[in-house]
Amino acid sequence: MSALVEVRDLVKHFPIRRGVIIQRKTGAVQAVDGVSFDVRRGETLGIVGETGCGKSTTARLIMRLLDATSGEIRFEGEDIARLKGARLKALRREMQMIFQDPYSSLNPRKTIGSIIGEPFAIHGLNEGRGERRKAVQELMETVGLNPEHYNRYPHEFSGGQRQRIGVARALALKPKLLIADEPVSALDVSIQAQVLNLLRDLQSEFGLTVVFIAHDLSVVRHMCDRVAVMYLGKIVEIGGGDELYDFPRHPYTGALLSAVPVVDPSRHGEQRRLLSGDVPSPANPPSACRFHTRCPKARPLCSDQEPPLEDKGSGTRAACHYPLTREETAQIGVRSAP
Amino acid sequence: MTDAEPLLRVEELRVEFRTEDGVVHAVDGVTYEVHAGRTLGIVGESGSGKTVSSLTTLGLTRAQGAHVSGRIVFEGKDLVTLSDGEMRAIRGNDIAMIFQDPLSSLHPFFKVGAQLIEAVRVHQDVSKAQARARAIELLGLVGIPDPSRRVDEYPHEFSGGMRQRAMIAMALANEPKLLIADEPTTALDVTVQAQILALLERLQRELGMAIVIITHDLGVVAEMADDIAVMYAGRIIESASAELLFAGPEHPYTWGLLNSIPSLSGTRKEQLVPIPGTPPSLINPPSGCHFHPRCPYSQPDHERIDPELQSIPGEPTHHVACLLESEVRRRLWGELHKGRTPEQAISEVGLPAVTP
Repeated sequence: MSALVEVRDLVKHFPIRRGVIIQRKTGAVQAVDGVSFDVRRGETLGIVGETGCGKSTTARLIMRLLDATSGEIRFEGEDIARLKGARLKALRREMQMIFQDPYSSLNPRKTIGSIIGEPFAIHGLNEGRGERRKAVQELMETVGLNPEHYNRYPHEFSGGQRQRIGVARALALKPKLLIADEPVSALDVSIQAQVLNLLRDLQSEFGLTVVFIAHDLSVVRHMCDRVAVMYLGKIVEIGGGDELYDFPRHPYTGALLSAVPVVDPSRHGEQRRLLSGDVPSPANPPSACRFHTRCPKARPLCSDQEPPLEDKGSGTRAACHYPLTREETAQIGVRSAP
Repeated sequence: MTDAEPLLRVEELRVEFRTEDGVVHAVDGVTYEVHAGRTLGIVGESGSGKTVSSLTTLGLTRAQGAHVSGRIVFEGKDLVTLSDGEMRAIRGNDIAMIFQDPLSSLHPFFKVGAQLIEAVRVHQDVSKAQARARAIELLGLVGIPDPSRRVDEYPHEFSGGMRQRAMIAMALANEPKLLIADEPTTALDVTVQAQILALLERLQRELGMAIVIITHDLGVVAEMADDIAVMYAGRIIESASAELLFAGPEHPYTWGLLNSIPSLSGTRKEQLVPIPGTPPSLINPPSGCHFHPRCPYSQPDHERIDPELQSIPGEPTHHVACLLESEVRRRLWGELHKGRTPEQAISEVGLPAVTP
């Protein structure tokens, strides 16, 4: 399987400025700080992590909604990190995004037909009026909306239906890459499953490559072939979904998987290892391994030398000097292990 | 313990709001009990009435012009009949609440300490200095590091998890007998959520209070609750102890919820079975069983007959509001539990399939 997207040493620092007229740069939020990974053709790559870990920033950098501070993003072999003008516009046809909030991501003053048809208008496709309407209605049917609702407005739809509208809009140009940023976290449980099933069906139907960003670890396991775990702007572990969930090697991955509440009363009251404290500020992250301030296994080396992301021999690559052992994953109550 | 007089007993509670579009039946005849030292989990989706029923317990829907009927008996007193003043003496004192969004529940202009001191002094006749000492003690109790310094900080200086801890500290200020937690961890990340849930469990053990936890997350109730009530369209459609409910759920809606969440240990091949359709309008709820338009097992007469919440044969503490025969339900769930789809389960059990 070849890579559709290759990300290399991607960095995004947001400057912190002080002063009213003369603004001096006094620091930087290191939102994404040296991230490298591949997205293979036809796969679903999950990116998980907690608030502020840089997962959404990474998505926006790949989409070119934000400009990278440094690093490379190669799409089908071509570095797109600094594309401009017509070539950037052409690239935009190849990648589309679904957003988290189905309420704020649809213009309330436009009809569903013109929202889903907008990508056609931007790229000058399906110019004839009847032709565009037909294309939009086909899309509506594909995502399970009633094509007769073409002239309705977003407020007439429920959250789940709005998310389907967002999906239809993203699919309009038949993109190669679809980035879904928390696509179901605003939806009710019974509706979540409808949208997740839709995304999976569409992926196999259109042969899409998907980057799926979520904080819900169960949803990510269900949707993704491979999973990357981010913490404070870095990837701490990446690998096949089953390998990563069955045998997490990075203590942070272990902590995440131990923290998820599961519907299994037989595990009620089971021992869990809680992480203490909060995530440090990305404006002033800890030295070397950024997790060492909260890591139960931290030793002096961890605050001294940054661990490389390397193969740990169990199917995942982890950035840790002292990766978890089988016994330890059982001890901390990793709830995904078999 | 369940034989004793309950701390809180809600009986046939109905809450209606008059709006321009019609009367919203937010809570439509709900009955439940909460016992001292135990945790009741109320599960439901948006619009199921789970939050409104709890706000009404605290008298917080009065200002919205809600029409409330039924009884809410707390330690022998019917809260529905109390005056606003009497209600104020109970709220934040014997019954406290923590809300979903800790940022909008704390006042941004005032120091966290000042807000805690206010909560203490409203109900206790103590000096400012004593209240401040209590505020510091409370912040320490909920695990905020360096509480004597933190007490003088503003909410914006706290992280999300710390704000929720401060909210919990405020709720605990007067050692309530009952704590109502409305989606206390929904706005938080998983590792912080785990910290907050562990904190609530520890405080419950130490202080012996009863907890009502309202959530849409079945994982959270499975871990926290002793008893569970599942709400749909303003009603409780199933209630039982956590063990009974997860061992043998009886209502098709509960099955739907359980089968629509991916499991953490499941692989990619796992099939989710969503519940078709969308939650109903509370202005014009469906006739008969409120769930029938979305229920794969619905029979023609389910459109007319409104099921009552009844105990199931052999399990007097497990209640369900469903018109299907208990035997049929058990066999259907048996099939679903093996991974069959609703259609397969129907053909296996031999229910006449109904096309909606």
